Amino acid sequence: MKTLKDVKVGETVTVVKLHGEGALKRRIMDMGVTRGTEIYVRKVAPLGDPVETTVRGYELSIRRADAELIEVK
Amino acid sequence: MEVKIALAGNPNSGKTTMFNDLTGSNQRVGNWPGVTVEKKEGRLKGDRDVVIQDLPGIYSLSPYTLEEVVARSYLVNEKPDAIINIVDGTNIERNLYLTTQLIELGIPTVVAVNMIDVVRKNGDKIDLGKLGAALGCEVMETSALKGEGSHEVARRAAQLARESRPVEAPSVFDGSVEHAIAHIEESIEGRVDQRFLRWYAIKVFERDEKVLAELKLDPSLTEHLEQHIADCERELDDDAESIITNQRYAYIARVVSSAVEKKQSGLKMTTSDKIDHIVTNRVAALPIFIVVMAAVYWIAMGPLGTFLTDWTNDVLVGEWAVEGARGLLEGNVADWLVGLVCDGIIAGVGAVIGFVPQMLLLFLMLSILEDVGYMARIAFIMDRIFRKFGLSGKSFIPMLIGSGCGVPAVMASRTIENERDRRMTIMTTCFIPCGAKLPIISMIAGAFFDDGWWVATSAYFVGVFAIIISGIILKKLKAFAGDAAPFVMELPPYHAPAPSNVLRATWERGWSFIKRAGTVILLSSIIIWFLQAFGVENGAFGMVENNDNSILAAIGTAVAFIFIPLGFGTWQATVGVVGGLVAKENLVAIMAVCYGIAGEVSEAGEEMWGILASEYTGIAAYSFMVFNLLCAPCFAAMGAIKREMNSPKWTLAAIGYMCGFAYCVSLMIYQIGGLITGDVGFGVWTVVAFAVLAAMIYLLVRKNKYGEYGERLSERKAAVNA
Repeated sequence: MKTLKDVKVGETVTVVKLHGEGALKRRIMDMGVTRGTEIYVRKVAPLGDPVETTVRGYELSIRRADAELIEVK
Repeated sequence: MEVKIALAGNPNSGKTTMFNDLTGSNQRVGNWPGVTVEKKEGRLKGDRDVVIQDLPGIYSLSPYTLEEVVARSYLVNEKPDAIINIVDGTNIERNLYLTTQLIELGIPTVVAVNMIDVVRKNGDKIDLGKLGAALGCEVMETSALKGEGSHEVARRAAQLARESRPVEAPSVFDGSVEHAIAHIEESIEGRVDQRFLRWYAIKVFERDEKVLAELKLDPSLTEHLEQHIADCERELDDDAESIITNQRYAYIARVVSSAVEKKQSGLKMTTSDKIDHIVTNRVAALPIFIVVMAAVYWIAMGPLGTFLTDWTNDVLVGEWAVEGARGLLEGNVADWLVGLVCDGIIAGVGAVIGFVPQMLLLFLMLSILEDVGYMARIAFIMDRIFRKFGLSGKSFIPMLIGSGCGVPAVMASRTIENERDRRMTIMTTCFIPCGAKLPIISMIAGAFFDDGWWVATSAYFVGVFAIIISGIILKKLKAFAGDAAPFVMELPPYHAPAPSNVLRATWERGWSFIKRAGTVILLSSIIIWFLQAFGVENGAFGMVENNDNSILAAIGTAVAFIFIPLGFGTWQATVGVVGGLVAKENLVAIMAVCYGIAGEVSEAGEEMWGILASEYTGIAAYSFMVFNLLCAPCFAAMGAIKREMNSPKWTLAAIGYMCGFAYCVSLMIYQIGGLITGDVGFGVWTVVAFAVLAAMIYLLVRKNKYGEYGERLSERKAAVNA
C-alpha cells in the first residue's frame, strides 16, 4: 500500500482511500483531501517534516504521520 | 427593525478585513462564553440597526474543533437573520465547502466572492449567476482589501434578513443519500426548528455526536434510521461522514467546472510561489528564519525598544508622573496618601505601562508577519522540533519574545490555534529569563561568582531545559493528551500587509494590556504598597519608618521556613521573592531595603554584595536565582496568563506548576549540589531531593500511555484495517 508519506517531492498522486476515523479523518477530508483528489507534493520542510502539498489549488502542510493515513496511487 | 448578520468564512479569506471595513470603529471584542475563542461584534456603518457578528475563521461545521463548535452553536441557537459567507475567489473549491454547509441552515445567505481583483488579474472568470443558481443563494463579488463591494453585500444581506423568505437548499448529494436524508427529515420533523430541518437531518446521517446528544431520539427510531444509514454506507463502501464530505466536494467540483473559467496557468509560478520557493527552501529556510527573528528581536528589544521603555519608565513615569503628582499632592493631603499615589499606584502601574511602547512595537511586527503569511511558514519550519516537546511550531514566537518580557510573550500565544499547544506554551514560556530577571542574575553573579560569564549563560540554559523537560512531562498527562487531531495547516499565499489590518491588530492587543494594567495591576500595586508601608511600630499600628516592621516583613518571617530546604530561608530573601512577584526588577531593591542599605541602590545591588556573600553560600545563592527565574512570573505576566487561559482552573494550574517546578529544581540544586560541594550535609531533605530527582526522571522517561503522536495514528490505522 502506497501512502502520501512515500511520495517524492515533485510527484503528483491521486487519493485512493483515507484511513483513520472520526476527527482524524474528518479534519483531513474537510481540507479537501477526498477520494480521487490529486495531490502534488511540493516540498519538504527544512527539518524533514512536515511536507507541503498542493491540493485543490491551494497549499496544504501535512505531517508525515498524518500523510501515512492517506492511501494514494 | 434590528437585524443580526453573521459573517462566516475560511481563515485567510479576508474576513477580518471585510469586518473592519463594514463596522469601522463600532466594534466590541470579547470572548465566546467559556472558551478562548475571540468574539467580535459590530454595527454596520451607515445602518446602525444591523449588527454584524464575526464568526471564527473555520473550514467546516464539524463537531471537532472549538472554533467550529462555537460557530455552529451560534448559527443554530442564536439564529442570525442572515449570513454573509466570504469566499476566497482564488481558492474557490475549498472555500465553497463551508458554503455548502452554511446554505443547509435555511438562513438567507449572501456569498461574497472576495479577492475578485486577484481573480481577474490571474485571468480567471467566475460566472456569478451560475454559481448563485447552483448554490441556491445570492452571489456577489468583492475586494475587501480595496473596499469594493463589501457594503453592497451587507446591504443586500440586511434586505434579505428583513424579508425573511424561506430558503430552498439545493440537492447536493446523490440519490440514495438524499433519500436517506429525506427519510431522516420526516422522522425528526417537529423536534427541531423547521428552518434547520435539513441541517439536523444531515448531521444525524453523519452520526454527529453533538447533534445526537441534543436530539435524544428514542432507541427504536435511532435503530431504524441507523439501518438506512448503514445501507448507504454499504452501497457506497465508506462511512457516513466521509460520504457526505466526498459528495460535497464532488458537487463543488461540478459547480466550479461550469461556473468558473480558469485560464490555464498550469506550471506558471505566481509571485507568492516564487517567494515561497526561497523562503521555505530546504537550505535557505533556516538562515532566513533566523535573520527574520533576529530583526524582530533587535527592533523590539534592541536599542529602539530599550530606548522607548527606558524613556517611558524613567522620564514619563519616573520624572513626570511620579514627581508631578508628588509636587501636586505634597503638603495638600496626608503623607500616606502621597505615598500611596506616588510610590504605590503610579510606580506600580507605571512599571507595567513602561512596557507598552516596546510591546506595541513587537505586536506591530508580529501582526505584519501574520498578515503577510509568514507566521504559517514559521510553524511549517519549526514544527518538527517543537512537536517533540508537546508544543507547536508557532510556540517559537512566544518563547523568543519571552526573553524580553513575559507579558507580550504570553499574549503572543494567541496565534496558536490548537488549544492544547497554546496552554502548554503559556505554561512554559515564562521560564525564559525576561529582561526584568537580568538584575537578579547580575546580583548573584557579582556577589558570589566573581561576575562569572557562565552564570548568565547557565540561566538561559536552565530556562530552555525547563521548557523541554516540562514539555515532555506535561504532554504525557491526561489533561494534555488530547485527541489525535491531525496537524493539517493551510499555507496562505503571501501578500503585502494591509496597514489598517496590521494597525488594528496591534492596537487591539496593546489596548487589552493597558486595560489590565488599570485593573488587576492597579489593585495588586495598592495591596503590596500597603503591606510594605504599614505595620506595628513602637506598639502601635500605622505607617512604618523601618521596613523591618512592615506587614510584608512579618509575612516574610512567617513563611521563610518554606525556603529553608532550598538554602535561603531568611525573611529578607523571602520578602525579595514576594516583591519579585509584583515585578521582578523590584527584587534587588526590596532586598536592599530589607538589609538596611540606605539610599539609592544600583541595578544589581552592588552595595549589598558583601552582606549577601557573608549570609549565603554560593550554592544557596544559585538556588535562589534559579527559583526566581522559574517560579511564578510577575503580576503583569500572571494577569496575561489569566486572560489567555480564560479559565481559573488553568490559570491556577499554570502558576502552581511553575512554582512547584521551581521549588523542585531549586531543592535539587541546593541539596544535591550542596552535597557535592560539601556546603550541605546529608539529611532528610537530601533524601527528599533524590526522591524528587527520581520522580522527575520517571515522569520524563515513562511511556506515554496516551500514545505518542505517530504511534497513536498507526494504532488507529491498524484498528481500521483489521
